[in-house]
Amino acid sequence: MKILVPIKRVVDYNVKVRPLSDNSNVDLNNVKMAVNPFCEIALEEAVRLKESGKATEVIAVSVGKTESQEQLRTALALGADRATLVESDSLLEPLGIAKVLHKIVENEKPDLIILGKQAIDGDNNQTGQMLAELLGYPQATNASEVILEDSSVKVTREIDGGLQTLELTIPAIVTTDLRLNEPRYASLPNIMKAKKKELNVMSTSELGVDVNPRTELLSVELPPSREAGVMVETIEDLVDKLKNEAKVIQ
Amino acid sequence: MNTLVIAEHDNSSLKGATLNTIAAAGIVSGDVTMIIAGQDIGSVIEEAQTLDGVNKILKCDNEVYANAIAEDLTSLIIANSDGYSHIMAPSTTFGKNLMPRISAKLDSQQISDIISVESDDTFKRPIYAGSCIATVKSNDSVKVITVRSTAFDPVTTSNSGIEVIDIEAQSSLEISKFISEEIAKSDRPELTAANIVISGGRGMQSGDNFHLLDSIADKLGAAVGASRAAVDAGFVPNDYQVGQTGKIVAPDLYIAVGISGAIQHLAGMKDSKVIVAINKDEDAPIFQVADYGLVADLFNALPELEASL
Repeated sequence: MKILVPIKRVVDYNVKVRPLSDNSNVDLNNVKMAVNPFCEIALEEAVRLKESGKATEVIAVSVGKTESQEQLRTALALGADRATLVESDSLLEPLGIAKVLHKIVENEKPDLIILGKQAIDGDNNQTGQMLAELLGYPQATNASEVILEDSSVKVTREIDGGLQTLELTIPAIVTTDLRLNEPRYASLPNIMKAKKKELNVMSTSELGVDVNPRTELLSVELPPSREAGVMVETIEDLVDKLKNEAKVIQ
Repeated sequence: MNTLVIAEHDNSSLKGATLNTIAAAGIVSGDVTMIIAGQDIGSVIEEAQTLDGVNKILKCDNEVYANAIAEDLTSLIIANSDGYSHIMAPSTTFGKNLMPRISAKLDSQQISDIISVESDDTFKRPIYAGSCIATVKSNDSVKVITVRSTAFDPVTTSNSGIEVIDIEAQSSLEISKFISEEIAKSDRPELTAANIVISGGRGMQSGDNFHLLDSIADKLGAAVGASRAAVDAGFVPNDYQVGQTGKIVAPDLYIAVGISGAIQHLAGMKDSKVIVAINKDEDAPIFQVADYGLVADLFNALPELEASL
């Protein structure tokens, strides 16, 4: 059983992102980059499935700039067996990325593809579902539990108001929610070992995929800011203000 | 130009976010058609027929759609998508799950989570946990869109007798099987629909301590939420989560208790009309967005607040 885990290089979640001064895009100069947190959860799940003997190989794949090799090395240090980078300097959109991953899946033929439910840069929450439709595979998004069987996978999903359990025919696509697992940290010996693991690089044109953007980013602005209000000293004061000033409670 | 809105419902009533989505669809040129697929959906159809801003309803009452399986809904929507320039659904777990499949099938780059319609092809949407707002123009012939419900007021319900057209079910792909669903039963309003929300963070220290919020919520008719930190710590289930990767809320009153105010949390609540923060750390960033701030130990403040309501 082979598992493919797409990995995205994104701005570290601690960075507060601001627009460029000409508002043409966000300012990503000299900001810390990292593996998208939901992709880390996806990789962790795949590695655990391998450790439990249910999977035999974990392949990490990324689509993006040359620098994404750093995130793939991290994935290798966290337990992926080998990695592939599909290099592209274009501004990639989820549909383009899904098309690239479609080609990779055709070549690698994994039984299970685990992705993060969303990347914390664009907050789109699209790639996994798009890939599933392109492949004609079933999907279970927002997974909080994954039970892998021989020919199916049972997934519990976090939905509005509760949980839903689906059984998917393999090959299938799973996207991860927060509580699926807690990703490990890479140990120093594993970071050293990762340097020797296989990392292939190819280009989107080699795969014959058109990743030209379909949308135009017209501007990026700060949201309207919210003014800080007043500090109150006591609960009595607070309740009085909510009743008589803000008039939001009775 | 015409817009197709995909209704979210539980086979007995419409989910509120569908009404906000119709409002967004109404800003785009042309007519609005609603598609409702499910099983035994008579009451949903009746409710939908009262919605202002809807011109026509496509109805598919079939067991294939009983559990809103994305794979099967996609085939149905695609089979009925001719003639629509826009396809919209609410940006809930339902819409997020379904729409990218439709978008991939139509070879269109979806625009997620729009907060405004600038024109028929241009929309605003938050990126980077709402740190920035992007204005995006779509060049695809069909625009596939999910709508952030808090950004649009719901349509009113004074309409009647909207035309209903039965459409044929597509055969199930049978690659995804529904096993079970556990929906939390609560007498309180839904988090995304509540007028008042009271949320707890890591400062609550344990799941048991959330009862302090529950009793206040009961008195105020409020919903209870949580920060990601509280969910990560296992205090409460993930469906409590307010923030970038959870639910987006914009109630009249949002009370944040023991929540420091990370950008990821603010992304989910900063459009609330009035924000109250109770935190013992006077430097907590939550105070920078709060209309009323109280520096206090929540274990003293919450019982006192409950007693004063």
